[in-house]
Amino acid sequence: MAAPSFTAAKFLAPVAARSGGERAPPLPATGAGFARPRRGAQQQQTRLRTALAVSSDVLAGNKAAQAASGQPAVTREEALELYEDMVLGRVFEDMCAQMYYRGKMFGFVHLYNGQEAVSTGFIKLLNQADCVVSTYRDHVHALSKGVPARSVMAELFGKATGCCRGQGGSMHMFSAPHNLLGGFAFIGEGIPVATGAAFAAKYRHEVLKQSSPDGLDVTLAFFGDGTCNNGQFFECLNMAQLWRLPIVFVVENNLWAIGMSHIRATSDPEIYKKGPAFGMPGVHVDGMDVLKVREVAKEAIERARRGEGPTLVECETYRFRGHSLADPDELRKPDEKSHYAARDPITALKKYIIEQNLATEPELKSIEKKIDDVVEEAVEFADASPHPPRSQLLENVFADPKGFGIGPDGKYRCEDPKFTQGTAQV
Amino acid sequence: MLGVARRRLGSGTVLGQLVQALRPTAAPASTTAARNYSAAAKEITVREALNSALDEEMSADPSVFLMGEEVGEYQGAYKISKGLLDKYGPDRVLDTPITEAGFTGIGVGAAYHGLRPIVEFMTFNFSMQAIDHIINSAAKSNYMSSGQISVPIVFRGPNGAAAGVGAQHSQCYAAWYAHVPGLKVLAPYSAEDARGLLKAAIRDPDPVVFLENELLYGESFPVSAEALDSSFCLPIGKAKIERQGKDVTITAFSKMVGYALQAADILAKEGISAEVINLRSIRPLDRAAINASVRKTTRLVTVEEGFPQHGVGAEICMAVVEDSFEYLDAPVERIAGADVPMPYAANLERMAVPQVEDIVRAAKRACYRAVPMAATA
Repeated sequence: MAAPSFTAAKFLAPVAARSGGERAPPLPATGAGFARPRRGAQQQQTRLRTALAVSSDVLAGNKAAQAASGQPAVTREEALELYEDMVLGRVFEDMCAQMYYRGKMFGFVHLYNGQEAVSTGFIKLLNQADCVVSTYRDHVHALSKGVPARSVMAELFGKATGCCRGQGGSMHMFSAPHNLLGGFAFIGEGIPVATGAAFAAKYRHEVLKQSSPDGLDVTLAFFGDGTCNNGQFFECLNMAQLWRLPIVFVVENNLWAIGMSHIRATSDPEIYKKGPAFGMPGVHVDGMDVLKVREVAKEAIERARRGEGPTLVECETYRFRGHSLADPDELRKPDEKSHYAARDPITALKKYIIEQNLATEPELKSIEKKIDDVVEEAVEFADASPHPPRSQLLENVFADPKGFGIGPDGKYRCEDPKFTQGTAQV
Repeated sequence: MLGVARRRLGSGTVLGQLVQALRPTAAPASTTAARNYSAAAKEITVREALNSALDEEMSADPSVFLMGEEVGEYQGAYKISKGLLDKYGPDRVLDTPITEAGFTGIGVGAAYHGLRPIVEFMTFNFSMQAIDHIINSAAKSNYMSSGQISVPIVFRGPNGAAAGVGAQHSQCYAAWYAHVPGLKVLAPYSAEDARGLLKAAIRDPDPVVFLENELLYGESFPVSAEALDSSFCLPIGKAKIERQGKDVTITAFSKMVGYALQAADILAKEGISAEVINLRSIRPLDRAAINASVRKTTRLVTVEEGFPQHGVGAEICMAVVEDSFEYLDAPVERIAGADVPMPYAANLERMAVPQVEDIVRAAKRACYRAVPMAATA
């Protein structure tokens, strides 16, 4: 192949340089990357916007401060929550692979192994009212957002007890109670939808005056490196910044779009730089380290909640498996795969927890056992669940097939003879 | 070239002012109006009808908002949203950048999350840039999520041919959108249709594609007092018999309804009594009304402006064949636009869109009273 064998060196070097602070742009005197502008301070805002162009130096600054203080970045409860969530994502996806090869799951299945730090790092900071919009690689986003493992597994098996009663499938996970708004097969399709959900949150706050005391409800849009060349991505960066929407654009840059290397497809592969072009901060973070992701996520989400607008976060991550279970994954080099396997986020967090004495090895093992049981139970539940009844085929095409819904007398409103005369109560 | 009786540029005033305006009626359609409408003294243009519908629905429900290109400060590319920015402010009447895919998706996402957006396309030709969101994110979501996420959104804008705007600005999308389960597709003709159907569409919990017609915006129609009431709505999925007849059924939607009515007048002079059905709703199609009419007249002519292959007329023909085959006394006649991208030259454009004479000829063919083509060429 003519393409350079493995450009991670080129790719990682800027990261290393950045975390060492070599290319740090001048930051405002407060020292924190995401400085908080006072409301109405127009000039200050303009100045801050340019200064925030490349701000993963925040992490260097924070890490240095934290290392100096010797405190762990998370509490024991938080660390165990993160660990459990990542292990759930991993074990669940491995089980999906098994079930697929046994024929219980079918169609297109895209697994998230290796990227758990991004999902856990971001979604565990959200409230129930915050929204998540994802792509076809959405099982773990659903699990992190709180959709029960048995619902997701049953959905994958195509059973009536799935979160969408078997009508969506692997690529279309929706859950209204958890504000998981999909699950989209077309890359880039979820980004405008997420921007719309953020728009709705802002609208409800400003026009409908339905405010939460915590601030605006935040939306997270997850998508990949391939999507960052798509027109809709840029359209939404523009409009999200233009209207200061409470959204965080999370790029899961795993370097490959099926078999197309990111470097081969993109004129400027550093995606985080595309944020400042639209006036929003662009941050690059090591997506294999859940604590780093969580730091950046915290800032970005708080920014959005305060009404300061969107952030573009590029997470450098990697998928250990192929694009989908049908992908032979022949184009990625073994040394690249082993490089990232050595940076497995779950192993890294385990090591951190033990080194920082937040928990013992047996405690972590018991969490792993618990998750194994949860996933096993999910499979049994899905297996035992019924297939959707035949009557379900024609259901839910419309929320209200006849328009205007059912009137107070229990009949369809459009069948009320007063309706066409314009005198019926609607 | 357009053959439509009268065109008046509306002043686009909101409802409060227009109720006081009285305009004299004129020309053929008024005789029909006197028959079909009660107190026919008031006339409004389709533009005023749409504007008033938007105004009333935005006033009644604060979660309704309008977004699109030029809808705000420009007062609407065709002045349909005139006055709305001043009344509701920039939070509810949003001028968008020229990014159909992006802002349509934003509208859909907002609808997923509890608001009721109205997305305006400057023409439906531009909706092709956003068609992924109309179909994949909007139409299919209620089904994919098994009823959890409904999408109460309206996509509206002018559809079909205008005057000399060329191939990329003249396509009719009725058949395209009506093909998709999960969408409701409406095509108003008169001012009453425009008001009632737009209000219905905005209140509907499902995605609605609302196909207007640029050449109808300036046309005036008489409206009854009920139609001007703010709670007036028309049901989605029901057609209207614009003119009763007994010899042949002519179905049409949007601008072609006017042509069909003129054709019916011409046919009446020749002793053929045509029943004209204004479909109003392309999806769901009012199969019951069409079949009832065909069972009465036994002959059918479908009229549409769009391309013939896989068009609305083909679907209507099949709907009749499925339900009322034994009642048909003649093959179904289909009048559609020419099977070519719309030419620019005025005389070619005239030939590419159905004219009244085409409808008359088709009706006569259906009644086995055809004149050989050579005589009319």
